[in-house]
Amino acid sequence: MQSWFPFIPESASTLSGDVDAVYFYVSGVTVFFVTLISLVVIFFVIRYRRRNAFEIPRPIEGSHKLEMLWSVIPLVIAMSIFVWGAKVYFAQYRPPQNALEVYVVGKQWMWKFQHPTGQREINELHVPVGRKVKLIMTTEDVIHDVFIPAFRIKMDVVPGKYTSEWFEATKPGRYHFFCAEYCGMNHSGMRGYIEVMEPKDFDNWLSGNANQMSPAAAGQAMFESLGCVSCHGANAEGGRGPALLGVYGSNVVLSNGPAVKADEGYLRESIINPQAKIVTGFGPIMPSFQGQLTEEQLLGLVAYIKSLSTPKPETPTAKPPATGTPPSANPVQPR
Amino acid sequence: MEEFTIPPPRTNYLNAEYGIKSWLLTKDHKRIALLYLGSVSFFFLIGSLYAMAIRLELLTPQGDLTQSSTYNKIFTQHGIIMVFFFLIPAIPATLGNFLVPMMIGAKDLAFPRINLLSWYIYMAGGIITIYALLAGGVDTGWTFYTPYSTTFSNSYVLTTGVGIFITGFSSILTGLNFIVTIHTMRAPGMTWYRLPLFIWAHYATSLIMILGTPVIAITVLLLAFERLAHIGIFDPAAGGDPVLFQHLFWFYSHPAVYIMVLPAMGVVSELIANFSRKNVFGYKFVAFSSLAIAVFGFLVWGHHLFVASQSVYAGMIFSFLSFAVAIPSAIKVFNWTATLYKGSISYDTPMLYGLGFIGLFTIGGMTGMFLAALATDVHLSDTYFIVAHFHYIMVGGTLLAYLGGLHYWWPKISGRMYPEGWGRFSALVVFVGFNLTFSPQFVLGYMGMPRRYHTYPADMVSWQVLHVLSTAGASILGVGLLIPLIYLAWSLRYGRIAESNPWHLPGLEWQTPSPPPTENFLETPIVTSEPYDFAPEGTERTVVGKFEKQAPAQT
Repeated sequence: MQSWFPFIPESASTLSGDVDAVYFYVSGVTVFFVTLISLVVIFFVIRYRRRNAFEIPRPIEGSHKLEMLWSVIPLVIAMSIFVWGAKVYFAQYRPPQNALEVYVVGKQWMWKFQHPTGQREINELHVPVGRKVKLIMTTEDVIHDVFIPAFRIKMDVVPGKYTSEWFEATKPGRYHFFCAEYCGMNHSGMRGYIEVMEPKDFDNWLSGNANQMSPAAAGQAMFESLGCVSCHGANAEGGRGPALLGVYGSNVVLSNGPAVKADEGYLRESIINPQAKIVTGFGPIMPSFQGQLTEEQLLGLVAYIKSLSTPKPETPTAKPPATGTPPSANPVQPR
Repeated sequence: MEEFTIPPPRTNYLNAEYGIKSWLLTKDHKRIALLYLGSVSFFFLIGSLYAMAIRLELLTPQGDLTQSSTYNKIFTQHGIIMVFFFLIPAIPATLGNFLVPMMIGAKDLAFPRINLLSWYIYMAGGIITIYALLAGGVDTGWTFYTPYSTTFSNSYVLTTGVGIFITGFSSILTGLNFIVTIHTMRAPGMTWYRLPLFIWAHYATSLIMILGTPVIAITVLLLAFERLAHIGIFDPAAGGDPVLFQHLFWFYSHPAVYIMVLPAMGVVSELIANFSRKNVFGYKFVAFSSLAIAVFGFLVWGHHLFVASQSVYAGMIFSFLSFAVAIPSAIKVFNWTATLYKGSISYDTPMLYGLGFIGLFTIGGMTGMFLAALATDVHLSDTYFIVAHFHYIMVGGTLLAYLGGLHYWWPKISGRMYPEGWGRFSALVVFVGFNLTFSPQFVLGYMGMPRRYHTYPADMVSWQVLHVLSTAGASILGVGLLIPLIYLAWSLRYGRIAESNPWHLPGLEWQTPSPPPTENFLETPIVTSEPYDFAPEGTERTVVGKFEKQAPAQT
């Protein structure tokens, strides 16, 4: 768990080294300037100490050259930090292709995870090493935040929308994650572990817990039971409402002109607040589902609509839980 | 070394009138400054008690001292009391109130009644807030993030909000008073470029107070409407946005950091110049960098939202602007350092605080780079790294400057000298204690310890080691702060009587008796020289009748 020097956090993702590099660069700059200024101040304070109660030194007005020098040099260094920091950040937040998408719902004071293949976990997340994992996150109540120090990532989880972060773990192990946005009484208890496993072990673990419906399948069942089929069609081919086949990831032209990219946030909004963005050629006839669906049910519907655009994941889904013992028991709880 | 000492004048602002009414109804800026000094110290004491409770709780990973709900109230109330009732008013309302008129050669502030009103408003807000704490407290964090504060918290959010809302007006009135005073009441000959840098810093601070404080008032009001009537502005279910609150909150609260630190920079400019008997190197650069900080400070609020689901591009713009605002601060540090060059540097207590400020503010400022840089901020935001960073700015910066200023002007304020030996000793204790408290927290934050955590994982042994160090440092810091409290109070009665100009300085505030008469100056001063002019050539540099002549330069 601990590295060779106990005051450096574990570094276990493809980007954590890049973040550390920026960190050490800024540390170097900081140590250099703090040392420089301290030494100069100490030197002056000793060298020019008051030796005679009546001495009055000669005034010095200042120097434009020096002012330029110590404005421009810090500016250049600051800009170098800015550019490097922005570059790494851009990589941190560019959503990866073909990532394993895990749905995350935060609530006071627990974390609920669901794998695309249906496995649910609480306060613990199993992921394979060497594969990009994207967390698509929302919350049922206040703002939370998923902070994984070993991966150097952090993102707020905000009510009313989906936020995401991603990582690719490089070392198997058990890493802390924390809620990093104050969320009330048991905030400091809202933490858990990311269990990074070898891909083989991960597959074993998945198949050992494969007795649950995938989010997309649950979403499809809801799509029927909520009556969505009557307008969007039994196979989402469309009718009075727009077709949903292939809609995810496409550009949707709206009735008032502009086009929007149909991402998770757009799909969510169109269920909760259908009047906000109406697809061109359709009327404002869809009822709002505000308050009728839990965040997990919403995520299911979104996952179903997404599955209409993307090829089904090839990970095993419905194998009986017979092969091998899972490395860690999977808590299955109703909430 | 003195040829003669001026006996204390028969009447001064302290003994001109007696009785509680003469204080509570005073329009004298100096007395109002003392009212503020007393109340600000009271709030600082309360805030410090909360800090002690936090440090004790974090000694162990388990929550064994308090319940989580209590701990959350403790850190919330520590923040609210320290930010709104100590750090923001500390220097402007005490030292600023006392010295702005004296340094520019005025009899009082432009609006003495408004000045008194500002203290009453401050006290009204303070009492309401104290009531909220006693009634049950508030647990939202001093940042009041929605929707926790609007919908989920069962604590006294509204009452505290009312307290903060009211107190804000005292800050607006103080800012207004300073700006008008500096524009209209300068003594003959006191041109803008002859103003001490303390005045420039307070001018810049006043701009932020006037322009920024209304925004926090509006924000708190919206929060109250949302909590009371659920108007939906911050609630996504009603078409609102919880992150909007963060934008509004930081639009004030980031500039508020500069309300706290700009006056401190003004104090330090005075300390460095006067205790090295040198004019400030690059006076105009230091003066205008205060204004630059005040203006740019309004454009960087978004760096508090890098991980709050703000867009990637907004993040880049705010990161860029945050680096830009660092430059004026760097300019100040370099100019202070250069001021020491070939000076005549004394090691009196105020100077020790001033020098300590340069070191700690530099560390505080440089560690801000980690948080302005996007990649590292993602890892460090909402961790102890940020806690350490802003305490370096606010405690290492503002508190040290405040203590330095208080010692520096203590002879003028009280008419008594504080004990110099104790002063130097406690300055050293504060410096050591402060560093031991907060430097381990940088490492804690990098290790991943989130802020506002009541408990932390017991398997993180290094975290506990760092917390123990920090608590040990806080104990030393506490002692270091208690010593001045005792000897300053002691000196009021037993301290050596102060001369009118015990440090032998050219500033106008020193050219009048200590403590000053109610009208500040016996006759209106006429300014004929630059600020920090220690040896004007062949002139009688001051103007006030009873002035001890500076000894000429020896070399």
